[in-house]
Amino acid sequence: MGVALARAAQWTSASSGACRLELTRVNEALLRDVVRFVEQFSARHPREAKLVFKEPLRWKTSLRASDFTTEYDISGSCVQSRDSDGDGRPLLQLTPPHVSVCCFDQLTRLLQLANDRKLKEVRACLEANRDPVVQMLGPTFAMVEGEDSSTLRLLDRLKEDSQSGEVEVEVRLLLILQQLDTQLLSSSLQQLAQEVSLSPAAVRRDVELLKRLCAGPEKALKSVDYTSDSAGYEFSNGCRSPPSSQVHGEIASLLIEPCDSEPLFITCSTAGVFLNAGVQQEAEEKACDRRSDVHKDLVSLLKTKSRHFAKSINKQDFVVQEEPPTTLEPHVEAVDVEAASQTLRLHEHQEKNALKKARQQPAPNKSGSEKKLEPSLKWKNLGLQSPHEVAEEKKARKSGGERATESQRKSPRSESKVKASRSPLPGRLSSSKIKTSGGGTGTEDFSASSSESDGDEESERRGESHTDLPSDYWQIQKLVKYLKVGNQTATVIALCSMRDFNLAQEACQLAIRDVGGLEVLINLLDTDQIKCKIGSLKILKEISQSSQIRRAIADLGGLQTMVLILDSPDKELKCLAAETIANVARFKRARRTVRQSGGIKRLVELLACVPGDRSVTSDRERDVEVARCGALALWSCSKSSRNKEAIRKAGAIPLLARLLKVPQTNMLIPVVGTLQECASQRSYRVAIQTEGMIKDLVKNLNCDNQELQMHCASAIFKCAEDKQTRDLVRKYDGLRPLVVLLTQASNKQLLSATTGAIWKCSISMENVAKFEEYKALEMLVGLLTDQPEEVLVNVVGALGECAQRPGNRATIRKSGGIPPLVGLLTGTNRALLVNVTRAVGACAADPESMTIIDRLDGVRLLWSLLKNPNPDVQASAAWAICPCIENAKDAGEMVRSFVGGLELIVRLLKSENKEVLASVCAAIANIAKDEENLAVITDHGVVPMLAVLTNTTDDQLRRYLAEAVAHCCTWGSNCVAFGEAGAVAPLVLYLHSKDPAVHRATAQALFQLSRHPNNCITMHQSGVVKPLIDMMGSSDKILQEAAAGCVGNIRRLALANDKARYG
Amino acid sequence: MSAMSKKLIQNLAETLSKHVKHFCVKSVFCGVRFNKTEAECLIRLYNTLLGDQAERKVGTGLDRSTFRNILHNTFGLTDDMMMDRVFRSFDKDNDSYIGVKEWLEGLAVFLRGTLEEKIKYCFDVYDLNGDGYISREEMFHMLKDSLIRQPTEEDPDEGVKDLVEITLKKMDYDHDNRLSYADFEKAVRDENLLLEAFGTCLPDAKSIQAFEQHAFQDTLEHRFT
Repeated sequence: MGVALARAAQWTSASSGACRLELTRVNEALLRDVVRFVEQFSARHPREAKLVFKEPLRWKTSLRASDFTTEYDISGSCVQSRDSDGDGRPLLQLTPPHVSVCCFDQLTRLLQLANDRKLKEVRACLEANRDPVVQMLGPTFAMVEGEDSSTLRLLDRLKEDSQSGEVEVEVRLLLILQQLDTQLLSSSLQQLAQEVSLSPAAVRRDVELLKRLCAGPEKALKSVDYTSDSAGYEFSNGCRSPPSSQVHGEIASLLIEPCDSEPLFITCSTAGVFLNAGVQQEAEEKACDRRSDVHKDLVSLLKTKSRHFAKSINKQDFVVQEEPPTTLEPHVEAVDVEAASQTLRLHEHQEKNALKKARQQPAPNKSGSEKKLEPSLKWKNLGLQSPHEVAEEKKARKSGGERATESQRKSPRSESKVKASRSPLPGRLSSSKIKTSGGGTGTEDFSASSSESDGDEESERRGESHTDLPSDYWQIQKLVKYLKVGNQTATVIALCSMRDFNLAQEACQLAIRDVGGLEVLINLLDTDQIKCKIGSLKILKEISQSSQIRRAIADLGGLQTMVLILDSPDKELKCLAAETIANVARFKRARRTVRQSGGIKRLVELLACVPGDRSVTSDRERDVEVARCGALALWSCSKSSRNKEAIRKAGAIPLLARLLKVPQTNMLIPVVGTLQECASQRSYRVAIQTEGMIKDLVKNLNCDNQELQMHCASAIFKCAEDKQTRDLVRKYDGLRPLVVLLTQASNKQLLSATTGAIWKCSISMENVAKFEEYKALEMLVGLLTDQPEEVLVNVVGALGECAQRPGNRATIRKSGGIPPLVGLLTGTNRALLVNVTRAVGACAADPESMTIIDRLDGVRLLWSLLKNPNPDVQASAAWAICPCIENAKDAGEMVRSFVGGLELIVRLLKSENKEVLASVCAAIANIAKDEENLAVITDHGVVPMLAVLTNTTDDQLRRYLAEAVAHCCTWGSNCVAFGEAGAVAPLVLYLHSKDPAVHRATAQALFQLSRHPNNCITMHQSGVVKPLIDMMGSSDKILQEAAAGCVGNIRRLALANDKARYG
Repeated sequence: MSAMSKKLIQNLAETLSKHVKHFCVKSVFCGVRFNKTEAECLIRLYNTLLGDQAERKVGTGLDRSTFRNILHNTFGLTDDMMMDRVFRSFDKDNDSYIGVKEWLEGLAVFLRGTLEEKIKYCFDVYDLNGDGYISREEMFHMLKDSLIRQPTEEDPDEGVKDLVEITLKKMDYDHDNRLSYADFEKAVRDENLLLEAFGTCLPDAKSIQAFEQHAFQDTLEHRFT
């Protein structure tokens, strides 16, 4: 269903934050189909319905616990299904307002429970999961435009393990989903087709609008009115014509008086608008006879009949645009136009014009401006909008927010209202048209791709001062003249001669630009003379090294032409075009242009040039060259996140994987460069792992080209977040070359990538063992001084991970790593601080290191980091404080010596961040071990604050919270206070958690709390005994003891009670 | 045309074809460029063209105007002088007719020549007087129509003269104010675009493809029907 969702469904533009499905008829029909499909799924495909999704589908639901039946475990507001998958995760989990579902079976049931809210649920689900197939079957099945090999891949897997039935079920599920996809597409096509004819609502809108145009000094028309038979009554279907005429599709008849001609009698029917014979004939049945051509709407008819109207409506557009958007609702129009552009995408070919006209025409005074505002692809991409459009665009962008809120306020099923309130506001309309109708990529608006990194936005002015124009300048001017007036022969000579100038020199580049050479060179690309194109591209390739030239080329529309040249059969030409694109696409706008003019797909096709067999060598060499140039261009383009997505969808990943196996370094650099650039996206990381690219990346770590090594290391850095990838790096023996690369300390970029890769790889303990073997730690410690921050972050991160193994803490200490680490605690870089605190915390677990840290006053520094505004730093510092307190000698005294320190840490319990809360709880548990300090934090009100937190469902927080509660109970009346603050009952619920660490901490807390009778009663009422008795059978001694102690306390209370009662 | 003469042509074509086929199979050069079938196809085409020729002289071959027609219509060459030069270059024995051997040899370079052969061929085309050098005057002669004349210019030939100077500056490595074959070859190897520096005299890839398709396929059909 991915394709249908992406193409047929009409999404709001991304400018309003999260994408939402529009309220259109097409979407509603689509949702209904999906609902029907899901409802019947369990019954029709029982086996597939049981298949557990790779990732659960998560969305914000309107369902509450009360909606669920007894089939589910309901605890408070949370609901879990009884069934669970292999790992014990429940197949359905509701923690309002979120729900996550892991199989179709549960989806079906959920829809049954939802009753009349089915549509809403499905909509929310699809909005949250744009490509649900990925969630169901894993990211390798992400939607790919064009050739989709996912089914084939599945079949391969099916062959591999024919025993287990799971893959077979997956295949079947995929096929079922694809079937649904086609079904959805075809039905939405029908829907769209229905909407094309004229409707009563559209006519009424037109009439209202025309009436407005009759007012004012520069009126376009004298008057607009319904004729006598239409004026009086509007039927319930919106038509005004008498029923006898309605049978013929007539909607209403009008009398319009233009300023410059006779009154016009007009009939509006579902087929279109035409002149009729008029009522003066008095024979009313003749009145609807057609006297003119049928026009698609009122405005186009009037424009042909009245020149004055045509003229003034063009002016009108700009007058009306100035009006502030007050009573009108732009929301619906935007929907309308977007729908149109999406329709375009659906049947892009022949229906294009007809549909567009038919759908957009109903807003009459826009069509007047059509000639001016119709953005040709080129025009838009050039960014050559006139100022007023830019202003409009801004307006439209601003209105994006309004639109979103408006659509939320509106009740979802007010379709009739939506239709009725389509009041045209021309300025808005035309601006949203600009936004959406440029080429095939309608919904991509300008604001959306703003978050992209852009290394090339350097300032425009540079070297504007060519004071003395050198002879080169005149020479170039002369050559450009020959380019203009010469035939092919002269042009080629001039081009060749131009190449003899030092084109790398800025003076020459600017000279070419200033004498208008760029225009000529780009125009040459449009000719069909290959030699001229080649010559021109050779020059463009050179001069596009300059950022000013790049911008100028993009402004002149050169990119679009070059993208088209990529289709040429001449390989040299393809190469040059791709290389030039690679140069030009170093800034954001150019990258967007490449994407929007369909360049990504073509570039990806270039990668496919390498044939598998060994054909004639020179031919093969040329193919390799083509692929190399394609990779270069993709590398440049891949710096924009939308392009990354487009590259993936164009099916580049398997091609890149294949190219990764070639031996040529100059090919590998752009390929690996692209990969590492794209590896910032999860889908790529998965693909890099599943397509077996790690092996090649590791292999290339051993090459002798530093740039390639850097890109490989950087790719590993980004991919090694994933455990399997880390294991693969080890398996292919990639850790040793990484350590060897640490010696290349002079190349900072390489060093940064290498240390990053080491950091991420060291998250796996097996890898740390290898690093110990290769003596990496000593080298890392050596890199702690005199390095740029990006290197330091990675080095410290790696040390932090390595120090999780006790042996390494000593190594770090012995090689003198502690002082520089503590020194880094005074830094300001957020990422660095997070890593440093982690590393210091890990080292603090080693008592000898702790003495050094203490001596350097490291704990005070850590403590002061709690004041850092960033929650990540706060949490990391609090975690680091825990082992410090545990291992410092005379920790209580040390903590007390920090003035205001205890108050500070208690105050952090108000944080919103779970990680901060958990870490602070852990720290408090440690602090509370010292009685005096416990007294102080009790005074600061730690008990009620902890009690407030007890309702959490986060297991990590639960664990440390319970620990903190357990330790805090030992002072004064805290035990009672916890009971009074209502902390006991929620704690009992923790025993149902799945995490054994939570159990242990909870049992300890309950044991402490059970010292007070009231708490015992509460516990007993919450049903604590049964789970505690279960836990007494645990193999964990501490848990056993605590559970038994608690049960013992409860029992003693009961006995005492019995004794008191029965004596 | 009478039935008699038609038959005569046919006979002639057949004998010629046989003769040339014999020559062809022997010829290493044809074996490299064209395989046997292709060579046969080209010969058949030659014969057809010969048959179409209005005033034919037995045994001499394609005359200038027929050949120019082919160059113009099939290979997209437009410049009169260049077409003349191409004809001369095909017509190795200078008898103003292109024999079947000349036809095949010429086409071999024309369609599938190596860079070296093409350099040689182009140099021959551009060396108008055949003295082994492309002189300043020859260049001027060939380039004189390459710029659109601006009526305002004082000296309409100034641009062309300048173009010649530019070309010499670029290609005349030994500074003797004329291009020897060595100069020409070096310049072209350095920058392939200069191969047809003084006028188009080779067909572009598209017309080559179209021609080959037409020539080889048509005759194949012809054969099997």
